[in-house]
Amino acid sequence: MSKAKDKKGRRRFLKVSGVGAGVLVGGLIVGCNPIRRTIFTRAEKTIPPYIGKTEPMLWFQITPDNKYILHSSKVEMGQGTFTGLAQIAAEELGVNVEDVEVVHAQTDTGNIDAFATGGSLSIAGLYNPLREMGAAMREMLQAKAAEKLGVPVGDVKMENGNAIGPNKSLTYGEVVIDVNDWKVPKRPSIKERKDFKYIGKDIPRVDLVEKVNGAPIFGIDAEMEGMVYASLLKPAAIDASIKNIDLNGADTMAGVEQVIIRDEYIAVVASSYIEATQARRMIRYEVEINKAWDTKTLEEHIKVGKGTKQVVQKEGKRIEDISESGKVVEIEFHSPIGAHAQMEPNGAVASVKDGKATVILSTQVVSITRDEVAKALGFSKKDVNIIPTFLGGGFGRRLHTPLAVHAALLSQEIGKPVKCFMDRKQEFQNDTFRPPTHHVMKAKVSQEGKILGLEHIFASGNVMFESALIPPFAHGFMEGFLRADIGSIRGGSIMYQKLANYHTAYYHNKLPFATSFWRSLGLLANTFAIESFIDELALSVNGDPVTMRLEMLDSSDSHQKRIMEVIKTVAQKAGYTNEVVNGRAMGLAASIDAGSPCAQVAEVSIENNQIMVHKVTCAFDCGFAINPDQVKAQVEGCINMGISAAMFEKMDIVNNELQPINYGAYRMAMMKHSPKEIDTILIEGMAEPGPVGEPPLGPIGAAIANAVRRITGQRITRMPLEIS
Amino acid sequence: MKITFSINGKQVSVDTNGEAPLLWVIRDTLNLKGTKFGCGKAACGACTIHVDGKAVRSCSFATKYAEGTEITTIEGLSSGGQKHPVKQAWEDEIVPQCGYCQPGFIMATAAMLTEIPNPTDQEIDDNIINICRCGTYYRMRKAIHRAADLKNQNS
Repeated sequence: MSKAKDKKGRRRFLKVSGVGAGVLVGGLIVGCNPIRRTIFTRAEKTIPPYIGKTEPMLWFQITPDNKYILHSSKVEMGQGTFTGLAQIAAEELGVNVEDVEVVHAQTDTGNIDAFATGGSLSIAGLYNPLREMGAAMREMLQAKAAEKLGVPVGDVKMENGNAIGPNKSLTYGEVVIDVNDWKVPKRPSIKERKDFKYIGKDIPRVDLVEKVNGAPIFGIDAEMEGMVYASLLKPAAIDASIKNIDLNGADTMAGVEQVIIRDEYIAVVASSYIEATQARRMIRYEVEINKAWDTKTLEEHIKVGKGTKQVVQKEGKRIEDISESGKVVEIEFHSPIGAHAQMEPNGAVASVKDGKATVILSTQVVSITRDEVAKALGFSKKDVNIIPTFLGGGFGRRLHTPLAVHAALLSQEIGKPVKCFMDRKQEFQNDTFRPPTHHVMKAKVSQEGKILGLEHIFASGNVMFESALIPPFAHGFMEGFLRADIGSIRGGSIMYQKLANYHTAYYHNKLPFATSFWRSLGLLANTFAIESFIDELALSVNGDPVTMRLEMLDSSDSHQKRIMEVIKTVAQKAGYTNEVVNGRAMGLAASIDAGSPCAQVAEVSIENNQIMVHKVTCAFDCGFAINPDQVKAQVEGCINMGISAAMFEKMDIVNNELQPINYGAYRMAMMKHSPKEIDTILIEGMAEPGPVGEPPLGPIGAAIANAVRRITGQRITRMPLEIS
Repeated sequence: MKITFSINGKQVSVDTNGEAPLLWVIRDTLNLKGTKFGCGKAACGACTIHVDGKAVRSCSFATKYAEGTEITTIEGLSSGGQKHPVKQAWEDEIVPQCGYCQPGFIMATAAMLTEIPNPTDQEIDDNIINICRCGTYYRMRKAIHRAADLKNQNS
């Protein structure tokens, strides 16, 4: 069967059921705060359904030589999605998991994800649709096998890629030969969990061998016949324009074919990457700064009280209105601008020829990139094919990949395929950064040590607003309607809902440089502020941070009960104590993100004024784990990325330039900073798989700071964490 | 200028600017894409190769210095026709996530193990100074110890 050519099979029959509405659905009654708050709550708790094609003919390709190829509309950026999809597909199709090959679906196959790969939603969203598609495919093969064998369908067993009849068997490959009239069943029967052979098991990653051997699987490895290299010059300064450009001999350097000057950039086209890059670096220009920015002016800009205010949560009274007597505690927290610093730089290889465009690149937004390229070229979408590759890291950095457009336009102009990649300085200065944050945490505590009220008032910049995920024409509407950026407020709500009084409000301001999605969005900074503060409250009443948290959670609520479970489990498994033993202390923190609660205990010491994280115990409830080993890999990765962001990373603005401009100066966690022990306990608090790739990033910053507090007596209120 | 060296056991001659980083000759002239570009400043280690058995960051190694050397890249890292113990250990521990930095780490580890056959955790910390953004360090450390064991068993 040739996938995508068989148009007869193309109809949308498999409806996703049993999951709640997406974030953007419903609530179009503008201007009413409770409705906004309902949307914010939903955005925190609900797993949005998969938005994309769910026809088996678009996903499955079975070849006469018995290859089972799964064309995935979700991309593989390290999160292990391809392995999970192979497990689910093999399970329902009735083939060996190691025989399934997962590839990125090119857009011209028609298998298009209408959204993006992100939000930790790939497996959570595709679990049921892909099971149904796999089962449908198996039943279609079974029906055809029965026809070919001349026996009733019920007499054909489907096992390990074979259709086994009473007297004779056919391989799946033999079944598909010369079949053009596939009938897609309406209600395919999916397996029960007790019969699972692959789902829920520790299957090795399907991309393991390629990655260990350095196979050319990334966007930067792609080549096209006769291609040239382009290097783009853009002003490094923010809120500035360039003038008096002096090519300074760049256009006559060895290997340089031409220099193209456009409003947005100057492109140097050459016969190799190094020649294009070196020539581009020769170009001189003057910068005209519109408004002066530095780290300090930025901190005055992203500040509670500045920008648009929106209430996110409101229960009971504000602290000043609580009549019971008690002490008011207030602490402010800050987090810096964060860079993605993914290892593979952004870029694309594009060929525009004879009215058709082909672009090869690593991107998290395959269909959006196709639409952008089509629009820029003035082509119809069907004349643009995006070929997605493996991503050398995503983390939200590739939720907008405009170099596809630049490479395509240059190819159209030059008449040759063009490969266009950023160098590392450009990558650091043109990132779509994690916006900085400012938090005011406030509580009222009674004489007996009871929390009477808790408030989180915070400020940040764009994450979702103005992102490529929202069509440009809707930017203003989204912002005007929601007021609080759903990405920035991620993890910002107070989860301790047994409290009588709690309140969360958000101040939004725009920044003079691009900010957007960074793995877990606002979760890391918001949890740092909230969970550091809760810890301080526990210490101030001489209490136990475990019991204090449990007392503020409501076990009659299924959502909160799952949070209680991870906290209890992590405390017990880590042997949590408030005591400092041999210079080592423990710190505990918890969070819930997209319905997946996580609690961590960090075991920390201070050596030569440097914080050392020796061990992290993590209890994580992502529901049903499709591949427990790979869920643990994500937990370990989140812990190390969180250690990196919480302890080292910080972008500054110096004379309107984002700095630093390379690894090393942009400090990041290395081997020596990784905990030597990571103990992950998976809890299955729901029967369906939930988000995995981001929620474990929540607690780590606060867990480390809380441990340091026990050693030094000092409360660290800023990331990156430093001992003063 | 013409520069001649051996790469993965094969003798090659390239005609190139001798100052150009060897990384781009390996990737774009010789079409061995396993050696990765990360930073261009020898800061991340994604481009680590072996020059005469020593780990070198090829993004900052001028091609002219390759003259007459023996170079090994991830594609050529093997152990007498067998799977190299470092690659084997990496597979056993299921280390890679995105995978982009992994060849550099594997090459750095293989070079370290020839100098230090049984590295302590401290020696690993001191010698393996590449960057992995996915944060696979925890499994890497296990894989490095495992590779040392496998290598010692084989020898």
